[in-house]
Order: sequence, then C-alpha cells, then structure tokens
Amino acid sequence: MEDLFGIPAPLLFGQLLLGLINGAFYAMLSLGLAVIFGLLNIVNMAHGALFMMGAFVAWLLLDKLGLGYWWALLLSPFIVGAFGVVLEKLFISRLYKLDHLYGLLLTFGLALVIEGVFRNEFGSSGLPYRIPPELAGSWDLDFMFLPIYRAWVVVFALVACLATWLVIEKTRLGAYLRAATENAPLVQAFGVNVPRMVTLTYGAGVALAALGGVLAAPIYSVNPQMGSNLIIVVFAVVVIGGMGSILGAVLTGFGLGIVEGMTKVFYPEASATVIFVIMVIVLLARPAGLFGRA
Amino acid sequence: MATDQRGRMPAGAQLSDASGIGRRGVLGAAGALAAAGGVITAARAQAPTIRLGVLTDMSGPYRDPTGPGSVACTQQAATEMANRGFTVEVIQADHQNKPDVGANIARQWYDQGVDAIVDVPTSSVALAINGIAREKNKVFLNSGAASSDLTGSACSPNTVHFTYDTYMLAKGTGAALARSGGDTWFFITADYAFGHALQRDTSRFVEAAGGKVLGAARYPFPATTDFSAFLVQAQSSRAKVLGLANAGTDTSTCIKQAREFGLTRNMKIAGLLMSFMEVHSLGLPTAQGLLMTEPFYWDLNDRTRAFAERVRPRMPGQAMPTQVQAGCYGVTMHYLKAVADMGAVQAKADGRAAVARMKAMPTDDDAFGQGRVREDGRKIHPSYLFEVKAPAESRGPWDYLKIVATTPAEEAFRPIAEGGCPLVRS
Repeated sequence: MEDLFGIPAPLLFGQLLLGLINGAFYAMLSLGLAVIFGLLNIVNMAHGALFMMGAFVAWLLLDKLGLGYWWALLLSPFIVGAFGVVLEKLFISRLYKLDHLYGLLLTFGLALVIEGVFRNEFGSSGLPYRIPPELAGSWDLDFMFLPIYRAWVVVFALVACLATWLVIEKTRLGAYLRAATENAPLVQAFGVNVPRMVTLTYGAGVALAALGGVLAAPIYSVNPQMGSNLIIVVFAVVVIGGMGSILGAVLTGFGLGIVEGMTKVFYPEASATVIFVIMVIVLLARPAGLFGRA
Repeated sequence: MATDQRGRMPAGAQLSDASGIGRRGVLGAAGALAAAGGVITAARAQAPTIRLGVLTDMSGPYRDPTGPGSVACTQQAATEMANRGFTVEVIQADHQNKPDVGANIARQWYDQGVDAIVDVPTSSVALAINGIAREKNKVFLNSGAASSDLTGSACSPNTVHFTYDTYMLAKGTGAALARSGGDTWFFITADYAFGHALQRDTSRFVEAAGGKVLGAARYPFPATTDFSAFLVQAQSSRAKVLGLANAGTDTSTCIKQAREFGLTRNMKIAGLLMSFMEVHSLGLPTAQGLLMTEPFYWDLNDRTRAFAERVRPRMPGQAMPTQVQAGCYGVTMHYLKAVADMGAVQAKADGRAAVARMKAMPTDDDAFGQGRVREDGRKIHPSYLFEVKAPAESRGPWDYLKIVATTPAEEAFRPIAEGGCPLVRS
C-alpha cells in the first residue's frame, strides 16, 4: 500500500471521490442560487429551507401516498417549485426594485418560518427514508466501497447541472431570460411576458433545490435543519464562484467539495471552516469571484 | 409573556417560539433575552412560589430527546407535587446549544427570581450555567448534559446531575462491547466538551479491558452534515468497533451512512449516547441490533409504564418520554420534595441548602425507582444495556428495545473518589 502525503493512497482516492459526491450537492444547490441571483437579483436565503422541503415532500409522498423514490424525484420538484412560484408572486416580486438586502432579509425570514413549521409538525430528530432497492448495495472499488446510490447522485447532479447550463446559455428561452435581466422593458416591448418568465425562473431555481433535497433524503437524515446546515456553505460556494455565474457555481461546487473532503483527512476539525478561508482569499484577490464578471 | 400557570405552558410556548425562530440568526440571542426578560413579572403577589426554568434545546438537533418533552415532564412533576404549601411555576427558553445564549438567559432568570434551572442538554452550555448557579447560590438540576466533569473537576454544591454522564454511558456500552470481543475501536467524535469527554471515558474502559483505540476523527459540531469521509477512515482503520461519541441527529446520520458504506459488515457500531428517539427516526430495519445504554426506558417495569402513560398526553405528538425527559421529571420531583421538607422560603433563599437537602434525602420516583444523590452531586441509579429489536420482534409503535444487561446503581457511575471533585473530602 503506497502512501501519499503520509496517507495511504487508497484512503486518499476514497476521500477524493467522497468530496466529489458532496460537491455534487453543493453544485446543485449553488446552481439554483446562481440562477435566481443572476436572473432575478435576489439573494435567496430560503434555498436551504426549500431543499429541506424537497426531502420532506419525498417522505410525505412515500408515507401518505405510498409513492416511492422515483415518483418523488419527478413530483417533489414540481410541488416545491409550485410553492416557490406562490412565494415569488406573494412576496418576492414586490422587492425587485429595492436593494438586495431586502430580498435577503425577506427570504431569510421565510426560511425561518418554513423551518419552524416543519420542526413543529415533524420534530427535529428526523424521519426514515430508505435508498430505493434499485440503487441499494455498493461496488467494491478496491480502494473503497462505493455505495451505488452515491454514484447515482454524482451522475444525476452532473446531468442536471449541464442541462440547466444548456438551457440558459444555448436556447432561445435562455436568451430571453438573459436579455430580460439586462433590459426588461425592451424585452417586454418585443412581446415577451417578463414578469411571468421571472416567476417561472424562480420556480425553476426552487425546483432544483427540491431535486437536491430528494437526492439527499436517502443519505442524510430527513430533518428540518438539514437545509440550514448546508445553506451557508452553499452561499460561500456561490460567492467564490462569482455571484450569478452558472458555470462558476457548478465548477466551484464540485471543486470545494473535493477541498473539503481532503481537509477531512488531514485536519478534520477545520473541515467546516476551510471553505470560508478560501472565500476570504478569493474575495481579497478577485472580489467578483473566480468566474464572475466585475 | 408572563406566566402564572402551574404545570401548563401557553405563555412559555410563546417564549420558546420567539427564541427558536432566531436560532440561526444574528437576532436570535437578542430575541431570546428580550423574551426571557419579560417572563417573570406577573406572579409576584402569590407567595411562596417556586420558579423552575427549563432551559433546553427547542430548535436544534437535541430538540426531540429533550426540548418540549423536557418541559412537559417538568410540568408533570410540578402537577404531582401541587398543594404542598407552595405553588410551582414552570417557564422555558431555548438555549440554541450556545453557551453565551444559555448563560445570558440563566443570569437573567436567576436575577429575576427563578429558583432552579432544569435540563440544559449540551455540555458546553451546562458547564457555563453550572458556574452561574454557584455564583448566585441558586439550584441547577441537570438532566440532559452528559459531561462527567459536572460532578468531577467542575462539581458544585448547587448542582445535581441526574440522568446519565459520559462515564456511565461509556461503561455501559464500551466495557460490555470490549468484553465481548470488540477490542479495537475507532471514534467519530463531536468536537466539543461532550464528545471529548465521551471519547475519553470510553477509551479508558476499552483499554482497561485490554482493548486498543486505533484512531479518532473529530468533526466540527454542529456544522457537519455528511460523515462519509470519517466513516471511510474508520473502515480503513480495520477497527472492530465504531464508537460514535456524538448524539441526536448526528448519531442517526452516522448510523444511516455507516450502513450505506457497508461498515456494518465487519464493524460493530456503538452509539455511545443514544435513546430510542434515534431508533424512532432511523426505523427498525436500519437500527436493529444496535447497542445502547440508558438508565430509563418507558417499558422497563410497571412504574415506568405508569409514568409514561401519565405524561404522554402532555408530550409533543404523544411521544413516549426519553431518558432525559424522564430525568427532568425525576429531578424536579426530588427537588420539590426537598423544598417541601425544608420549607419553600428557606429553599428559595439558599440554593446550596436546597441541594444539600436533596443529597440528604433518598430519591424515589416512578421513572428511576429508588436511588440517592451523592456528595459530588451525582444521582445514582442502575443503568441498562439495551439492544434494538428486529422489526419482527417489535409489537407496535415505540416498542424498540430489549434489555441485555443491568449494571447496579453503585457500579454504574464513576466511584466518587475518582472524579476529582473538590467537594468530596477523602
């Protein structure tokens, strides 16, 4: 068994892979945040709560209606996305003309309310949700056991990220969206219903969070605080990547997952801090983020 | 926001909401303080009133095994001890697992006439309040914290530590596993006072039984959501036992992910601080076969079953009380008996004397049976090693555990001479 930096090589490869898997969650979540910020200029602090809702809807579908994981993967983003549309219509749409800070405070408040409601209803210790039988089990990769479900998460997250990027950068719809953020009145003058498009964009960003929640349900404990533990890290990811940069969010998500994974090997006590240290350095050197346009 | 109720909770519930909502936020501490500050103005006319403040985790990872259930159990004791010549008032607040928030509320409560603070899970918060109670000569009735330092180097004449401690948990599970062949260990440890104490105490029993600790990973608490990196390290250490020196949702996530990564094929998992609440959250198919040590389980005997049935209507979701919640009941019963015995006026005036009276009287309550409080503040009672039932063995909801072994009260806890408590004269 060879050693790299004093750590057995197999262990190091294992941790790289695990970092990549966690990075997949960061990427999925920061992607939604970046889409919402890039196109709506809203710092969506409710993202973690909506991620948590995605997981809870999956649990409710199973517990109340007997609909399993695959249905949840399909339905939960729609249900939570629809909830997001209602949120946008009722509250967020009133803030587009104001400073970012108002949107941040409003969505932070919404996050606390949503979390509080779920905590009151379901308690804090979490609910059981099992890995679907089709994805149960693990592969023996010599250097580690890779649970099949985790491999699925990485692949699925990559596909979802790529698809979102393609829609925004390469389709007509995406072009409308990007144009609307630059100059909404002009796009409206061409006959595009900008407010509706913005509402649906928020819904889509929220649906991405919910999708992440469904993916997370079988491996994390489904509990009301599952989102708030992640959201701060995900914000750091978005800031490092560059606010509003879609590609930046995805690449930094995966990258920082790996950095965090490595920290867990060498100095686990710092694994919660390392991302923020990087954030400070990046902000000092490139205030607009690694992929942002100043 | 005032509370003049005896054994009921509407106003207090409001209080916990106010502080619970601010948990993650910068406004949280301020909100909790503002809320706590307004609490105790109303009931001043009635005399004498014993005021109990349940300071617990209302919004974080320990909410279900402590939290509103701890309040309910404290109120149950207050109700059962009604009409002894004094009234009892129960208020509550959320310490958000933060020592500074907890310490601020505790100071304010004590200054405004709270006689005893009850529960306080999270050792770092409990250790802070331990000092404040002593400084203000009030009473601290701890049920939820686990650090054995509370009756060791940090012991205080104003504190009773009731339910369990890291020594008892370590001995119950650690020693039993080490004796039955689990002689090499790897720990996944929450990186704060409690986790360190639990790992330290367990290691001692493992090594005393001839075993070896091969490694440990300390993870940041409470900011860690994924434990796979530590689980893979544990796996590659080739230890026979994975010791989880953590609690609450962290423990259940660890167990869930340990199964996912196939650790259970060649490792035994020891949840060093678990209750059936984590089993409830994991589900029996995932949790079956786990070992855990507890001094209380609702289905232990006729008295525990009777207690559980009495308190259930008050419990959130009609849940069965956990060990910590039952401990809040037991310690409050005993405190109020001591108050009745010495007179409420005197008990209010001198917290140290009230605790001394608690130590002088034998304890007896439905949840823990007979026992006593030692000179160092440690309450002693038997501890039980439980195994989680297989799904087929369970007869219904909440039927999760079966007894594997019992440790008698005098052996379950650290011998009084070994704790290093300055109160104990050898």
